[in-house]
Amino acid sequence: MQQFPCPFCGLREETEFHFAAEAGKPRPEPAAQVSADRWAAYLYLSAAPKGEAHEIWVHRSCGEFFLMTRNTETRAVLATQALPGRAGE
Amino acid sequence: MTRYSALSLLSQGVRGHRGWRPAWAKTHRPKPAYDAVIVGGGGHGLATAYYLAKTHGLSRVAVLEKGWIGGGNTGRNTTAVRSNYFYPESVALYDLALRLYEGLSKELNYNIMLSQRGMLIAAHTPAQMEICARIANAMQLNGVDGHLMTAAEAKARIPLLNQTRDARFALMGGVWQGRAGVARHDAVAWGYARAASALGVDIIENCTVTGIETQAGAVCGVQTNLGPIRTGRLGLAAAGATPGLAAMVGASLPIHTYALQAFVSEPVKPMLDTVLLYLGTGTYVSQSDKGELVFGGGLDRVPTHGQRGNLPAQETVVSGLLEMFPAFAQLKLLRQWAGVVDVVPDSSPVIGPLGPKGMFVNCGWGTGGFKAIPAGGWLLAHLLATGTHHTISRPFDIDRFTTGRLIDEAAGSGIAH
Amino acid sequence: MSGWRHPSMGHMIDRTSPISFSFDGTPLQGFQGDSVASALLAAGPRVLGRSFKYHRPRGLWGMAGEEPNAIFDVQEQGLGCPNQRATTLPLRAGMALRSVNTRPSAQGDWLGVMDWAQRFLPAGFYYKTFMALGWMRWEPMIRRMAGLGRLDPAHMPAATTPALNALCDLLVIGAGPAGLAAAKAAADQGRVVWLLDEATALGGSLRWRGGEINGAPWAEFANATETAVLQAGGRVLTDTTLWGAFDHGSYAAWQRRANAPDRHWRLRAQQVILAAGAIERPMWFANNDLPGILSAEAALHYLVLYGAVAGRRILLATGNDASYPVAAALAQAGAQVILADTRQQTPPAPQGVRHMPGATLSRAHGSRAVGAATVDGHYIDADTILVSGGYTPSVHLHCQAGGKLDWAPACDALVPRPGTAPMATVGAANGAFGLALALAQGHAAAQGAGPAPQATAPAWGLAAIRPNPQLRGRQWIDPQNDVTLKDVKLAAQEGYSAVEHLKRYTTLGMATDQGRSANFAGLAAMAALTGRSIAQTGTTTYRPPFVPVPLGVIGGLRRGSAFDPPKRLALEPQHREMGARLREYGGWLRPAFYGTDEARAVQSEALIARKTVGLYDASPLGKIEVIGPNAAALLDFCGYVPMSSLKPGRARYGFMLAESGIVHDDGVVLRLDTDRFVVSASSSHVASVRMILEEARQDRFASKDVFVHDITCNWCTLTASGPAARALLVQAGVLAPGSAAHALPHMGVIESQWQGAPLRLARVSFTGDCAFEISVPLRHASALYTALDAARTTLGGAWIGLEAVMILRAEKGYILVGKDTDGVTMPHDLGWSGPRSKRQDPYFGDRALFTAEAQRPDRRQLVGLVTPQHTPLPTGAHIVPNSGDLHSLGFVTSSYYSPFLGRPIALAMVNGGRDLMGETVGVFHLGERMQAQICAPCALDPKGERLNG
Repeated sequence: MQQFPCPFCGLREETEFHFAAEAGKPRPEPAAQVSADRWAAYLYLSAAPKGEAHEIWVHRSCGEFFLMTRNTETRAVLATQALPGRAGE
Repeated sequence: MTRYSALSLLSQGVRGHRGWRPAWAKTHRPKPAYDAVIVGGGGHGLATAYYLAKTHGLSRVAVLEKGWIGGGNTGRNTTAVRSNYFYPESVALYDLALRLYEGLSKELNYNIMLSQRGMLIAAHTPAQMEICARIANAMQLNGVDGHLMTAAEAKARIPLLNQTRDARFALMGGVWQGRAGVARHDAVAWGYARAASALGVDIIENCTVTGIETQAGAVCGVQTNLGPIRTGRLGLAAAGATPGLAAMVGASLPIHTYALQAFVSEPVKPMLDTVLLYLGTGTYVSQSDKGELVFGGGLDRVPTHGQRGNLPAQETVVSGLLEMFPAFAQLKLLRQWAGVVDVVPDSSPVIGPLGPKGMFVNCGWGTGGFKAIPAGGWLLAHLLATGTHHTISRPFDIDRFTTGRLIDEAAGSGIAH
Repeated sequence: MSGWRHPSMGHMIDRTSPISFSFDGTPLQGFQGDSVASALLAAGPRVLGRSFKYHRPRGLWGMAGEEPNAIFDVQEQGLGCPNQRATTLPLRAGMALRSVNTRPSAQGDWLGVMDWAQRFLPAGFYYKTFMALGWMRWEPMIRRMAGLGRLDPAHMPAATTPALNALCDLLVIGAGPAGLAAAKAAADQGRVVWLLDEATALGGSLRWRGGEINGAPWAEFANATETAVLQAGGRVLTDTTLWGAFDHGSYAAWQRRANAPDRHWRLRAQQVILAAGAIERPMWFANNDLPGILSAEAALHYLVLYGAVAGRRILLATGNDASYPVAAALAQAGAQVILADTRQQTPPAPQGVRHMPGATLSRAHGSRAVGAATVDGHYIDADTILVSGGYTPSVHLHCQAGGKLDWAPACDALVPRPGTAPMATVGAANGAFGLALALAQGHAAAQGAGPAPQATAPAWGLAAIRPNPQLRGRQWIDPQNDVTLKDVKLAAQEGYSAVEHLKRYTTLGMATDQGRSANFAGLAAMAALTGRSIAQTGTTTYRPPFVPVPLGVIGGLRRGSAFDPPKRLALEPQHREMGARLREYGGWLRPAFYGTDEARAVQSEALIARKTVGLYDASPLGKIEVIGPNAAALLDFCGYVPMSSLKPGRARYGFMLAESGIVHDDGVVLRLDTDRFVVSASSSHVASVRMILEEARQDRFASKDVFVHDITCNWCTLTASGPAARALLVQAGVLAPGSAAHALPHMGVIESQWQGAPLRLARVSFTGDCAFEISVPLRHASALYTALDAARTTLGGAWIGLEAVMILRAEKGYILVGKDTDGVTMPHDLGWSGPRSKRQDPYFGDRALFTAEAQRPDRRQLVGLVTPQHTPLPTGAHIVPNSGDLHSLGFVTSSYYSPFLGRPIALAMVNGGRDLMGETVGVFHLGERMQAQICAPCALDPKGERLNG
């Protein structure tokens, strides 16, 4: 059982969380100007790094999305933080 | 190569088995150059090498394996083989695999113990039965043996199923494929390795690829811990390690990696004669020839590259099994392990060219790669040898994510792999 | 018959309480307090089972989880349980033990003839043969021969094992000397310690080896430790096996309790100390699998704890000091003991023991059990051979937690490399053999204050003992799986020399003892055969479980109604009272129909709803409030159909897409006020719709300007549908004639009061008739039900189940997402192409609606079907060409008999279906081909006049 620190609720069990996406992929807009390749890259391609990964997770219990840096091989959690602009609300 | 047969076993038995040679030749030093190099010594990679040598006559082929052959997902699955799929593209792919499996022991002269004991996908609600009808009809239209089983038929075949009054999921019937079954997973890897080795393929274990060399947009070789190797044709068949290899040439794949656990109970005398997937619990199970229950269920929740499972998924899978078979609570869990599966958004594999000219991938099999090994190898060999897709692999090209023409079995049939 | 019961030794047993049991039909007797193994050892039968492959006779070897042979099917109170290990099973009155792999009994197993064919059945022989006629020709025979015990089909153990979570400062695994010292040191400093041991009492090997700690009998130290742990708020759990180390410092333990359900512990600790001890290794000589060959340590264990003596004429073969007390104790108990030590330099021989220094045991003699042995060429008469080939530290949990191992020549074993796992390993598990050393390590690992507990026992001297490939005869490496040294040799010869290949090819270490006695020998043999060191050869991966754990313990209470429990309606008792048959829909248990005859009830309900009024419980319908100045903008982004243009007091139907453009959900959005909306997600999509809204809210909006709040489970919603719906509401007092609510138009929404309760009325329709959704807070559900039901009775309406609702919506061609749509359906496939062609602003899923695939003209599209037959088309049937080549053009997604129309209706998804209106197509179902005509999805009231009521 892994544990992740939700920036809002603290350390909770893995079953309360859901992986949302790899971090750092802004949504390409407007649609009319987005090429098929760019859209496919945004929607589907991923780095799936072995080692350090920057990801967006959601703590389903509180509904907050946040950033997590962790090692996908050792499963060590390196850091979590609220999405920009959401800390301290 | 000493031919395997009852007769050779007898004659070797008399001579104390001193005449058996290594099943595959151990190559410790790669040659400086090969006609084709395959990265990944699992079932898919070894099968690719075999078909390259056998079907396409390439003599200088190397398989590079970073550990020991068959040590990835080939040796970490629940060994089911089947082609009970919905889309024609999937049926063509998986039934090619099943047909090759059906002749594989003889072709490789290595008993892979293919046991076509049939598989039931069991339904519990009218809505699930309607989906099962949709699949059974799709299978029949695609020329594959599919049968819509009634509850009575299913119960007769699997008498230990939970039929108590408080059963959470009453059995309504399901889709049956008689040709589905199980095979001995290690034997598939070893059989392909032995047959490929006999055709001159170099199988190089403990060889890690550290870089991919290109020249003018085409592959020209790889760097390894055992030195550089020149080749113009590179096949990647490394499951969860494929994204890392692709990244060496700046290419990306639509892959996330997860741990999938499998479980084995202590052995008992025969009491379950088919492969069973229960839609209600998501747990699947069969009984091995040795008498062990081999079972599994959903993925662990957290994307990972670590071959370890965690307790929440274990509790879910085991409680699901016991809900299906309350009598199995007499048994004990003997072993448990996890493989890193390469999951693609539409849960179909990615087969085809990627990145520089001459580089091809065969990955993204997710939880279902074992059953496809002969087809995956056969199709990647075709790509490496001819440079172009076979009609069966064409729909699985990575370009489907750009065109939007995904092959999503879960979407079409409501049932994931 | 060589084992016997000592007249006075054995403090675990109660000689005043004899217990009767049977083995393979033979009645036997033991005592209260015996384990099955000790009772059998004392009672005498030697052949307790047969081996898996060659059906060789097998007897008791060990004393705990390492036991490979003494495994039985146990019958108690009429119920059987397979594969019970005698060493860890307490003896109970009336137990009937049945040996496994025997026909008909362990003593006389006719499959023993298999051993004659052994030379033709080497490791992996099945990979080389059984190909000619196909494997399945041979497989049934092989399956019948394999498999240890028999499952009792009638025995369905109840789900009674609770899962419990606990936290502590220090978790100590193993309560031998090292574990006791660690627990005491930490508890003395006030730390909360959990001390676990799989045995039934504290002490570990002290229980049979004895010893003094701080100058007093060891039991005093154990008692003081237990007191200290309890006083500091910790727990001491015996009969508890810690079987798994998982990520982020979590552990699983299995606690066995007498006359109470087992427990499944999930543990976390600030610090973990592993003190799991070591397991004695066998020795390797010809016929080392014969019954009557036991672990020396186990023999002492049985003697001291149970008074069970392994034999009368005993040969003890060893290479270490630890066997000397064993020899002494047995001699003192009255057995003749010969002690053969491979070393020349040895401790002095114990009194009464014949000592053979520098002597090597090369062969055991006997057909069904040991009768003699050859030691250095001397034929030695013996009814029992005890062996000690050294000790293997139990490092499993260290390795499970990711730890690495180092080869330690001093203790001839692989030991944990410090700092590689989040736990400290101490005592014998760390290769520290000997009491003083164990105490010191345990004390230090727990940061004990002051000096460590003192003991005088010296560390053990030992010699390395290995399988000898030059020795003649068959030497067993893995007795349960029948793997011999020749098999390891063959594996090496054939190239299966990587440890994992060796394991998989020979099945070495894969038996139910999990290789505890086999793995080291296999490793050592492979190292010797390939000219590598043991460290270079490596080990197989250690994974949970440490011992086989009952599936019922892991599965816990999650069975029956507690397995993935469905959500329940507040009015479920009322529905049941009315004869509802409940079924699961989208995770909710809802009335499918009322009555007993499904077909008749559904048809009748659907007809009454069209003719007068039908009432149904729509509470599971999602109710997600979206509130704030940015609410409309958020809904515009998340939805396919824009909602910002919706007027307050109005409702609009729309879709929510996935980013891939696929229809994720459909439903009506109510605008209660400028900045207040309610999204009616379908019941199974509430959680995912809420997450889509939340993600967009947090990603794109100043989040204080819009909030998302799921209130689905706070409200009860009942729906009245049909020509008499309005009359029913008036009669129930929900609508006052002449009020604004009474005049509410189609797609109108109003909030008001009813009997002092907040009430929300929405005139939205899933049936095509005039319909009202009436919502009140949950506490008023019962009152609303009573009022509506009374009015229904007067008007001749009916409660209708979901099955009838399905017919009503299908008559109108209204889709059900997930049934009529699938994971490739886009909104324009359903005829909703307006927003796709008009919208310029970004919305979820926008770009994906314009991929090449999304623009194909022959996409599967929603159509209706008319069949000339009287019976409905089968749902799940495929649409095929009317003649000629059979291939799928789509499939039937919904199909019913419409009682109101008096004919079957159907919806289907068909390739390019909208261009095929009026055309005849084939319908394929399970080999049969029928015909149908493509039509518009809406079969009833295409102009929508019935909506006005």
